[in-house]
Amino acid sequence: MIYADNAATTRMSKAAIQAMLPYMEEAYGNPSSLYAFGQQAKEALEDARSRIAACLHADPREITFTSGGSEADNQAILTAAALGARKGKKHIVSTAFEHHAVLHTLDKLKSQGYEVTLLDVHADGLVTPDQVAEAIREDTCLVTVMYANNEIGTIQPIAEIGAVCREKGVLFHTDAVQTVGHLPIDVEKENIDMLSLSAHKFHGPKGIGALYARRGVVLEPLIRGGAQERRKRAGTENVPAIMGMAAALEEACAHMKESNARLLRLREKLMDGLDKIPYSEVNGDRTHRLPGNVSFCFEGIEGESLLLLLDDKGVCASSGSACTSGSLDPSHVLLAIGRPHEVAHGSLRLSLDASLTEADMDSIIGAVTEVVTYLRSISPFWRDLVTGKRPHVFAE
Amino acid sequence: MALYSEKVMDHFRHPRNVGVLENADGVGEVGNPVCGDIMKIYLKIDDDRITDVKFETFGCGSAIASSSMATELIKGKTLDEALTLTNKAVTEALDGLPGHKIHCSVLAEEAIKKAVQDYYDKNGIPYDRSRFPDCEHCDHCAG
Repeated sequence: MIYADNAATTRMSKAAIQAMLPYMEEAYGNPSSLYAFGQQAKEALEDARSRIAACLHADPREITFTSGGSEADNQAILTAAALGARKGKKHIVSTAFEHHAVLHTLDKLKSQGYEVTLLDVHADGLVTPDQVAEAIREDTCLVTVMYANNEIGTIQPIAEIGAVCREKGVLFHTDAVQTVGHLPIDVEKENIDMLSLSAHKFHGPKGIGALYARRGVVLEPLIRGGAQERRKRAGTENVPAIMGMAAALEEACAHMKESNARLLRLREKLMDGLDKIPYSEVNGDRTHRLPGNVSFCFEGIEGESLLLLLDDKGVCASSGSACTSGSLDPSHVLLAIGRPHEVAHGSLRLSLDASLTEADMDSIIGAVTEVVTYLRSISPFWRDLVTGKRPHVFAE
Repeated sequence: MALYSEKVMDHFRHPRNVGVLENADGVGEVGNPVCGDIMKIYLKIDDDRITDVKFETFGCGSAIASSSMATELIKGKTLDEALTLTNKAVTEALDGLPGHKIHCSVLAEEAIKKAVQDYYDKNGIPYDRSRFPDCEHCDHCAG
């Protein structure tokens, strides 16, 4: 099997698993307990917090553990909204291709009287700092722009957007779920006020993440109860998962340079190979994208059948087709970059990790080429394109 | 549990009657590329009986499997018998479809009916309009 869906989730690293085991088998105490056995877990927890903070160039007190990226996104946005409402500021700037954890939270705020401006991300899948500057109003309480897109991998100019927000005195949050552990991040230099991350995207365990919130940004708790996480997130801390997350992040950051150099080579090889399939196109900017992200649209076919046949050939991938999104419409990300519906249905995302090889890329290219060719051969839509009954969207 | 039944996967992986019939006596096409599924059915008709059938489908796994199964169910049948084929029969023959995929079996039923209607229209054979799908007012692709 060739696992090429690392943007969905990743294999846990050995270091992460090893880091978790002692906190399940031996030091399983509750960090809130007074006795030494509990305090042993507490010390480990705080050590993990410091190590995670260090990877982001943050202060440990600025890290709050959450159940994952979605919770962190929810908490960041609802915090900024609550802070804004106190000053009569109820306008939020975001983009059209955010993760649903952001978009659905914004929808909820809209129903509560907030105004939301979603910026256009253009065909290249990028927003500009100028767009953000123009969208900010007197009553803007938050700008939230994802660091790198989960489907098409395009990397936004976060530091520049952060600078605009800082200058205008508006809080800036970034959903960095696809970025942390994959690109170097410095929350200080990049003017980031809040940042969401999720461990299972960088070879850590599922069900754990964190929200970075700059000193002075007082988080609004989503879950009330005990005094854990300085009253910002109640519930007994998932110490084993937090230890696994810290180990995975440290490892990812330590090997980032080599991993990315390798991933770039693999990505370019894969994109060059898929480019040879006629009437196909890369989604989003070709270079301003995550080192491991390859996203294509193929005319005349539908994504779900492509994924099922790739699965038969041992390739795990994903698609933004309607059938796989569980709605009538294909992915909002592909529509946001201007892909027409009929093309967006034929999308394929391959997300690599550094364990893959050049030979794996050859296998993927062979499998995708074969499956696309076959599906086109039985597609009446493709026949219409070939015979000129319907116009092609892409060039050959 | 897998997304699809063994039967669906079998018909998806090894579709029966896939292809084009040159000089077909009736052709029916339903769906559109915007919704992500199109089915096209070709019929060869002799003496009111479907002597051959082929299909082409642009769509998901269940769309391809539904068209394959539907063609199997009408092959060799009289037109009258073919017109009694329901999407429910297609779904049952496939050992079921996930709830959000039922529309694929509806498309298969409608594509067959449109192909028969096309044959009637081409040959000036009168028929009861109510037995055929009203594609003008179908909201399948409203999204």
